[in-house]
This record gives sequence, structure tokens and C-alpha cells, in this order.
Amino acid sequence: MYRYDEFDERFVRERVAQFRDQVGRRLDGSLTEDEFKPLRLKNGVYLQLHAYMLRIAVPYGTLSSRQMRQLALIGERYDRGYGHFTTRTNLQFNWPKLRDIPDILDLLADVEMHAIQTSGNCIRNVTADHFAGVAQDEIEDPRPTAELIRQWSSLHPEFDYLPRKFKIAVTGAAHDRAVIKAHDIGLRILRHPDTREIGYEVIVGGGLGRTPMIGKVVREFLPKADLLAYLEAIMRVYNLEGRRDNKYKARVKILVHEIGTEEFSRRVEEEFARLDGPSVNADPAEVARIAAYFAPPAYDALPATSGAFEAAKAGNPDFARWVETNVTPHRQPGYAALTISLKPIGAPPGDATSEQMRLVADLADEFSLSEIRVTHAQNLVLPQVKQADLFAVWRRLGEADLATANVGLITDIIACPGLDYCALATARSIPIAQALAQRFADAGRQKEIGVLNIKISGCINACGHHHVGHIGILGLEKRGIESYQITLGGDATENAAIGEILGPGLAAEDVPDAIERIVSVYLAQRQTGESFIDNVRRIGLAPFKAAFQEVSHAVA
Amino acid sequence: MAAAKRPALPVILLANDLLDGDVVFAAGDANDLNWSRDPGAALIGHDDATADRLEAFAAGELGKQHVVDAYLVDVAIEDGVPVPRHYRERMKTTGPSIRRDLGKQAELPLAQAFLRA
Repeated sequence: MYRYDEFDERFVRERVAQFRDQVGRRLDGSLTEDEFKPLRLKNGVYLQLHAYMLRIAVPYGTLSSRQMRQLALIGERYDRGYGHFTTRTNLQFNWPKLRDIPDILDLLADVEMHAIQTSGNCIRNVTADHFAGVAQDEIEDPRPTAELIRQWSSLHPEFDYLPRKFKIAVTGAAHDRAVIKAHDIGLRILRHPDTREIGYEVIVGGGLGRTPMIGKVVREFLPKADLLAYLEAIMRVYNLEGRRDNKYKARVKILVHEIGTEEFSRRVEEEFARLDGPSVNADPAEVARIAAYFAPPAYDALPATSGAFEAAKAGNPDFARWVETNVTPHRQPGYAALTISLKPIGAPPGDATSEQMRLVADLADEFSLSEIRVTHAQNLVLPQVKQADLFAVWRRLGEADLATANVGLITDIIACPGLDYCALATARSIPIAQALAQRFADAGRQKEIGVLNIKISGCINACGHHHVGHIGILGLEKRGIESYQITLGGDATENAAIGEILGPGLAAEDVPDAIERIVSVYLAQRQTGESFIDNVRRIGLAPFKAAFQEVSHAVA
Repeated sequence: MAAAKRPALPVILLANDLLDGDVVFAAGDANDLNWSRDPGAALIGHDDATADRLEAFAAGELGKQHVVDAYLVDVAIEDGVPVPRHYRERMKTTGPSIRRDLGKQAELPLAQAFLRA
């Protein structure tokens, strides 16, 4: 993992001191709310329905056991004993008191964490593939790139006041687990087809929210060394030409859409040619220094498969099922990456108690080289576990309700906090996720249905990624009650697609029946081995629409 | 605040406490208002004159940095208590519907009318 150098350390400490002073001035009345709000947002502090909320950055979803323990401590000491992992791989505390937040930020700084740029019209926390460094299909670890971008974008003087927020994601693998096509900038590490040199495919103008767009490729191959200069060119074109008159049209996706990908690329290339690349690009020595932090650890030489592991699977069907869904092959023989589901049936997706965080930290120390990852699907990952240890880890997880075998299945639902917490929400999300998880709780049935991503947002801002859910659910208000719009056919991977609306909005109590009918169409019409999303692509929306319309009580 | 359209009567005034963010309600009588954490204690503005007093109190308290995000909410009177008509504001008076152990619902004996989804 990356460790702060003296500059990082000083920067974060100074920021805490500044914010402590700002909070003091707010409390003594020298700052009005209008003056204070942009300052608190720059430090991740929101005002929600019931309390303040603190959003803590987890850069590219990577946490050490020490950091996780500190989050557990903060949750216990200053919050209500739990936190919520988000689709931006951040952690939110829902109940901090404003007067305590400077102390919380000091505790975060003690473990090289902060809440800077988790809000506001700036470059937000950079996300990456949660299997970075261990995935079998990886060309190169995306974390050094993400860390370089983190350092470059932190308090970047030119890009601290953009037309709107700006999100960047990086993957180094063939299979996109980081939703890069739904980001303002998505970077895919790839090899040049002729020279075999490693570089980036640069995708710009993706995003969800009220105007969902799939990102467009603006550069098919960018040499690695040119990354920061090229990003600077993109940001400069956006900063100068992105709209500031209408916040709903201010994201870069609107600019790309309005002027066209070709023209956008032309302007970026023109800027890229004009700027002084060598003065912007990172010093190769600095790039190497960062990359060294992410060098593969000292693995034990192990056989490709573990006899103990195979025996445990053979002797315990529950364990075998969990392995099938929650364990991912590792690039190192004898190791595995395991996903800890934060979706126990009936629990709020992404929530973890302080006790659970501590257990995960302990398990990371004992079994995963102290490494933890947060996924955009609101789960956790222990990326470095020996196959032979999986059974012991599974048993320990089970004692804390953390061994649910559902990763990627219909009950592994993404849901934003929704109206239960969020001041922007138009409807609740979590109760819908809970009702669906309960409806489809049966393990055999989940297995039969296979991979199916349900994603729920409680408002048009789409924090729950509903547009790219195989089934998406959007909570709205209709005539004074909560109403849920269902979309079908979205995809968050390299085959990214925006789902299409199936019909009129439904009352909350009708949503499980509607999903049941959609699933029934798939089960009746699928070919052998055909996944839900492949089935939707093959047979089209019409059969699903017909089934959907049979659901009674549609709130037309 | 003055520019926003006033909701239909009767109304109550709610806000978030500056220090801890908790939802507070204007209580007392129209000439001597204070903040209460109990939605059941909220002063009900049945007429324009009381609603005016509530708005003036909100403006003063925002200015004094005691509260943030103060606004009037239209209510129905159920079992003698003012229950916001809109589900969003009802959520704000209770706490998360998925965690009945948190928020006001955990700390105060709230009327059942508040807890209606």
C-alpha cells in the first residue's frame, strides 16, 4: 500500500487544523451557513435528514487493517457503531456531531486518511478495480495510476472549481469491474496491438444521474508517460467549455454529447499539443517510487490447488457454495481473493458495524497480508488469502453474519441510503432492497437464477447506479407517495449499457412481484447456460414488458 | 426563506440544530418560541399570523447561528399531534424507517401517527 510521505502528512494535518478553525468560527457565529457550507463540503461534511454525515475517502478502495480498525473506533466513539460503504468505495458515517468532526479528522490523519474532495465540484476520490494487483485477467495494477492521479488532483489549483463534480476510475484488466464507462474519465490499461507497449485507453463523458451516458473513447492509446498531460488537457477543455449556467448540464458528459466525441477529442488533442507535457507529466522516478508501494508482496510458493481446501469443500456444502459465489481466482498459485458480502438477507446493503469492521481487520492481519478492499458494489474483499485458509476465514466470518454466499447474485443488491438518511432522496431505497432480498432469499433459487445485478437509487442522482443494473430501480415521488420505476438491460461492465424503462412506476409493495415476473420470463425463456443479461439482450424487452404490465396496482 | 411559497396551513417549523444536526421544532407560544427535539411539542400554526411568527423566528435563529435549514412544513393533526403530510418530513421527525433503534423514534415516546410509513 501507498504510505504518506512528509508532504502528504503535512497537507492532511494542515487541512484538519484549517477545518478545526472553520468549525470554531461557524460555532461562534463568525461564519454564516452560506459561508461555511462550501468549506464543510470540501471536507466531506453534509447535512442529511437526521444529522450531519461525514464521507471519508477510501482511495481506489484500498484499506489496511489499521485503517479499518480506526474506522471501527470512530464509528463507536463518535457515531452509532456502524458505517455505510458506498458505490464510490467511500465510507459514510450518518450521525457525527459537527463539534466532533475535527477530532474525527485527526483520528483519520493518524492512519493516513481524510475526507478531502469527497464532495464539491472537484476531482473526487479515484476508484479502481477491487481485484487490482491480484486479478488473473490483469495487464497491470491500476493502483499506481490511481495514486498518481490522487496526488495530482489533490488541491490542483486549476481544477478546484470545476463546473461540476468529476469522477475518474481506472482498470488494468480485460473485464471491467470498476464501471469505467460510467465515469467522467475512465482509464483502461492495455497493450498496444503492434508495439506491445503498455498505455491507456481514455474514455470520457460517461456518467449516470439525470442524463445517463456511456463514455466515449477519445484516445485509443495513450503512452503511459503522457497520462497527466493528457488528463490536464481534458480537464482544461472541460473547465473552460463546460456549462456553468445550469448544474444539470454541467458535467463533461453533456459537453461531449453536445459538441460530439470527434470535436471534443480534437480540442483535447489541440490542448495536449499546446501544453508543455514534460512540465506536467510526473517524473519517472516519482512514478517508480509510487509503483514500488504496490509491488507484489512476498508470496509463499504453493501448489495451484490446496488439498485441505478441496477436502473442506467436499465435506461442507455450505462452504462449497460460498466458495462458488464469493471466492475469485488469484494470479498467484495457491491463493484466492475472497469477497465479504455486506448484503446479509434483510440488512441494509453496505452497512458494517464496528465489530464487523474489527473482525475484517483481524482476518486481514491473520490471513490477507493486512490488506482489505472496498468494492463499488458495497462489499469488502480480502485479496491475499491462501486457499488452505479459506475454510477458517469462512467460519470466522459466519460468526459475525459476514459469510452470506451471494456475491453477484440477485440478493447482492446495490442500494444508496435513500430517504432513510439522504436529504436529496425522493424515495426510500433500503427497504426495497430488503424486501427483494427476503423474497429471493432461498439459496437454491438464487443459484438457479445466477448472476443478476439489481441496483436501486432513491433519486435521479443515481448513487445506486440503477441505470447500469441488469434490473434497475429508481425511487421517485408521484402524487405524494413513493413510486418505483423499473429499468431492464443495464450493464456496468465493458459491455456497458443503460437500462430501458419497462413501464409506469409501482408502489413499493408491488416491486417484489414485478421483479419476480421479470425473473420468471428469464427462467422460462433462457437457453442452456444463458445468463440473465444475455437473455435480455437476445430476446429483447417485449416479453419482459408484457409480464411487467400484468402486475396489478400499477401507480399509473 | 421569504421567497419560498408558504405551505398550506396548518404548519410547524422545523430545522437542524447547528451543533449536532438533530432535527428541532419550534415550540412554546407564538410570542415566546424556543426549540424542542420532540415533534409532539411543536407549536402548530393554524393561521397566517402564527405562521408569520414562526417564519420570523426561523429568520432570527438562522441569523444567530443556532440552527440550519429551517422551514415550515404542512401538517395534519392526528390524535392531537401535528404529523407532517409529506413522507419526507415524517421521516425527518422519526429517524430511519429501517433502524427503529436510531433517531427520535428511539429516544422519544412518539405518537404512532409519526411512525406511519
